[in-house]
Amino acid sequence: MAIDYARVGLRAGLEIHQQLDTGTKLFCKCPTVLRDKKDARYSFIRYLRASKSELGEVDAAARAEARYSRTFIYKAYDTTCLVENDEEPPGELNPEAIDIALEIALMLNMNIVDEIHTMRKIVIDGSNTCGFQRTALIATDGWLTTEEGRVRVDSLCLEEDAAQKIEERADGSVVYSLDRLGIPLVEIGTAPDIRTADQARNVAEQLGMILRSTGKVKRGLGTIRQDINISIDGGARVEIKGVQNLRLIGTIVDNEITRQLKLMELMHELNNRGGRVEHRIVDLSDIFRDTASRVIRRAGGLVYGACLRGFAGILGTELQPGRRFGSELADFAARYGTGLMHTDELPAYGITSAEIARMRSVFGASESDCIVIVAADTRSRAENALNEVLNRAEEAMRGIPKETRRALPNGSSAYMRPLPGAARMYPETDVPPVEIDPLRLKDLSSRLPETFEHRIGRYKRQFGLNDELATKIGRSSNYELFEAIVRAYKVAPTLVARTLTDTMVELTREGVELENLTGQQIHDIFRLLAANEFGKEAIPEILRYIANKPDQTVERAIEELGLRTSMADVERFIEDTVASKRDFIFEKGERAVGPLMGIVMREFRGKVDGKKLNSMLKTKVLELLEANKGD
Amino acid sequence: MEPGTRVRIKKNNVTYEGILMPSATDNIVLKLDNGYNVGLRPENAVVEQIESYNSEIKEQPVIEEVMTGREGLPQLTILSTGGTIASRVDYRTGAVSPQFSTHDILAAIPELGEIANISGRVIYSILSENMRASYWQKLAREIYNEINNGAYGVIVTHGTDTMGYTASALSFMIRTPVPVVLVGSQRSSDRPSSDAAMNAICAARVACSDLAEVVVVMHGTTSDDFCYIHRGTKVRKMHTSARNAFQSVNSAPIGKVDYTASDVTKLSVEFMSEHAHRGDNKLELHAELEERCALVKFYPGATADIIDYLVERGNRGIVLEGTGLGHVSADWIPTLERVIRDGIPVVMTSQCLYGTVCDRVYDTGRDLIRAGVIEGMDMLPETALVKLMWVLAQTSDMDEVKRLMQTNVAGEITARRANL
Repeated sequence: MAIDYARVGLRAGLEIHQQLDTGTKLFCKCPTVLRDKKDARYSFIRYLRASKSELGEVDAAARAEARYSRTFIYKAYDTTCLVENDEEPPGELNPEAIDIALEIALMLNMNIVDEIHTMRKIVIDGSNTCGFQRTALIATDGWLTTEEGRVRVDSLCLEEDAAQKIEERADGSVVYSLDRLGIPLVEIGTAPDIRTADQARNVAEQLGMILRSTGKVKRGLGTIRQDINISIDGGARVEIKGVQNLRLIGTIVDNEITRQLKLMELMHELNNRGGRVEHRIVDLSDIFRDTASRVIRRAGGLVYGACLRGFAGILGTELQPGRRFGSELADFAARYGTGLMHTDELPAYGITSAEIARMRSVFGASESDCIVIVAADTRSRAENALNEVLNRAEEAMRGIPKETRRALPNGSSAYMRPLPGAARMYPETDVPPVEIDPLRLKDLSSRLPETFEHRIGRYKRQFGLNDELATKIGRSSNYELFEAIVRAYKVAPTLVARTLTDTMVELTREGVELENLTGQQIHDIFRLLAANEFGKEAIPEILRYIANKPDQTVERAIEELGLRTSMADVERFIEDTVASKRDFIFEKGERAVGPLMGIVMREFRGKVDGKKLNSMLKTKVLELLEANKGD
Repeated sequence: MEPGTRVRIKKNNVTYEGILMPSATDNIVLKLDNGYNVGLRPENAVVEQIESYNSEIKEQPVIEEVMTGREGLPQLTILSTGGTIASRVDYRTGAVSPQFSTHDILAAIPELGEIANISGRVIYSILSENMRASYWQKLAREIYNEINNGAYGVIVTHGTDTMGYTASALSFMIRTPVPVVLVGSQRSSDRPSSDAAMNAICAARVACSDLAEVVVVMHGTTSDDFCYIHRGTKVRKMHTSARNAFQSVNSAPIGKVDYTASDVTKLSVEFMSEHAHRGDNKLELHAELEERCALVKFYPGATADIIDYLVERGNRGIVLEGTGLGHVSADWIPTLERVIRDGIPVVMTSQCLYGTVCDRVYDTGRDLIRAGVIEGMDMLPETALVKLMWVLAQTSDMDEVKRLMQTNVAGEITARRANL
């Protein structure tokens, strides 16, 4: 289903977190390396506490829990120091990190503040040993251009990365690794100017490219994290966190629009039906005393339930691929470590029709009602979980909640937490403000990497690309590869550019996993093409082959695909063809070349360049006609 | 315009809106609505006031219910000298203000209310480096009064820099029948990771225990797992910033308190060495001090002029922090001999900190003893200084000074030193 973005009123913004490749961390002299967790030298435990006013959570239970905080276990290395341990005041802001942040800000046409002030942003999930993240606003009010129009860049902050969560233990304690804590990163936030899913992906790609073009950002898994803010007319602002794969951004946007549209439909449906959430939690354990359901027995044997009047079929409605409204409710039950089951999906999990019938009679529920149940080991756990579920079900009749969601690998998303209010921030008094010298900015400005506009113009002049192709490759993340190949081998720049843009897009659309390819393999393709080892028509086929078998060489691919041909064979084949079609050639004269070309191409497509075949064939045909004239 | 004013600043085609913050430089510091502070140079900046500063909209502290006066719980007094165990952040201005009232302390650390009935009082609001002997005296009198008035235990919150000195001074000045517990925090109380709460909770637990000494209760390790109970005369700050900075020197800690965040009523005190028990002592106050004493650290090449100077300036007693077993350059001996003859006691301690002074091993040491230098045994230099102030307030008789300095009064001298 194609989405009419203008009609749904899509407004989206991106927030990108990119680690910087500095020599040392943001506030200490530790190296910015990630470690094998087995190499931890020692660990220590801490609690964090915050006054009620700092928690922002409305939920009383969560608040009480937070007061005592969970136990946090930190693993430390010989590459971490007392600053990460929160045992020593932070050093001054790393000047190398400031320079990189300034460079990125300049490339995004941003306005840079005159004096950088480091702030403390309260975070008490343990990911920062001190209980706050240090962050500084570097620049505001920038922009970048996309084919769909200009997107404003609201803010660029320089901040310290958090410790990495490596384990959540059954007793509620959480284990963090300190190697990542303190690695500098930039957080770039765009305004909600994005209007289509494609534009969202383009913006993410462009930001990624600008960041990489500095040559001073970290590469590889986990070094860049993307969050997307999405809202539509009549919907709500939802933040989807932790998008690892750029290609998923479009899908995520589409899936979130679909989810919100579906939720609106459900809301109208429920209001038409007169749906009603009964906040009466009933102990159903008796019904399941001798149940065959392993799920219930394993959870602890206690079963509590509640009735959603008029909700039949609602929980079973799909909102996103693999996610029904029931899954949304289950996300809330999961906060208390329980699963959720409901009559839209039952009988299942070993729960029988008889047990369902007994539940229905307990609630006096009709076929139009839906019963939700949770199985747990304690009454309070079950009740807490169900209360969350009932509140969310009730909200479904009022609208779409603002919330923070977690991106799932298939492009769907799951509930994470309510959208946080304004961050609680106060000055980091241990870190002095840093005034930015205008000369420093001038110097950085004079050494910025090439802009897209400049590069596109240069490609047109230097390589004779047309406007369309120059724009495509100039904005592509493959532009460096393009230049390297064109400089290294005698191949047509247009062909290289086309391959690295259109051909790759088509193959990706087919589902070919081109990320498996290395730059070296692409180099090899063009090197061997320049050496006439195969014909340019075979490029897509070779790419497809290597993507499927990434450890094979291009030579091997040519071999396996039967593309290697000796020119003697080609010559013999053309001679044979010409010989066997003598009469046709005498009849058509030089015009016989066209039809005969079909025969030759069938044999050598992709193995030998078509142009070359054509000229060889033409030569043979002319030779024959010439010889005949002489007869 | 004064800080707190809401302004709009236009500069280089950019508009910033927010609240003016105090600035340490000529730059304008603005707190933006997203919470960030930014600094702007005033050149080309057009500042427009939107709202004047309204103290009414100051962030209202959340009034939290605190537990007060629960029957059956012991009565503890918290005396504050400026070390903060509670503070509040005003997120609008970013100002951090220390909190001292009973209510404030209980609001920040409600667990204290589960251990005891607390009453809090401010004695000083000073940084601990600004402490001085006369402040120790006033503090000692306040503690004496609290105990006299029935406090089951007294907690003193203190900046950590000179907490060891104060603990030592109080140890000599008060003979206490109840625990007197000094506590502080190494990591500021405005951070969620602060050690303040755990230290204070453990201190409260110790203040209710079967102990009758002046002690320091602080983190035992970098973890939030237990606190040590250190004897006031044996404790020293051994790290500039880490949580476990406080260590007992030349003796084991008196005990430890295992910490469990989830239920502070379950905290247990485990005693590890001998100590005075509740009721062992009768309450006494000996708060007189001779402030005019000095602590001098010897270093290679240092000349004895400093001694003459100190005596000329009116000092009545000198503690030396010598090298190794307790040495200063042999060149110092004539000077030391002279000032001692003039009635200025000189006490030798060691900059090694660990181990005892013994001047009978080497020639210089023997010469120092002959000159009349008093061996400070295994006393910490700071403890020896405080003790000398206390002793000189009682006697100027050189033999009596020597006898008192070498007699264990408050656990400052250990008869036997175990291999720690």
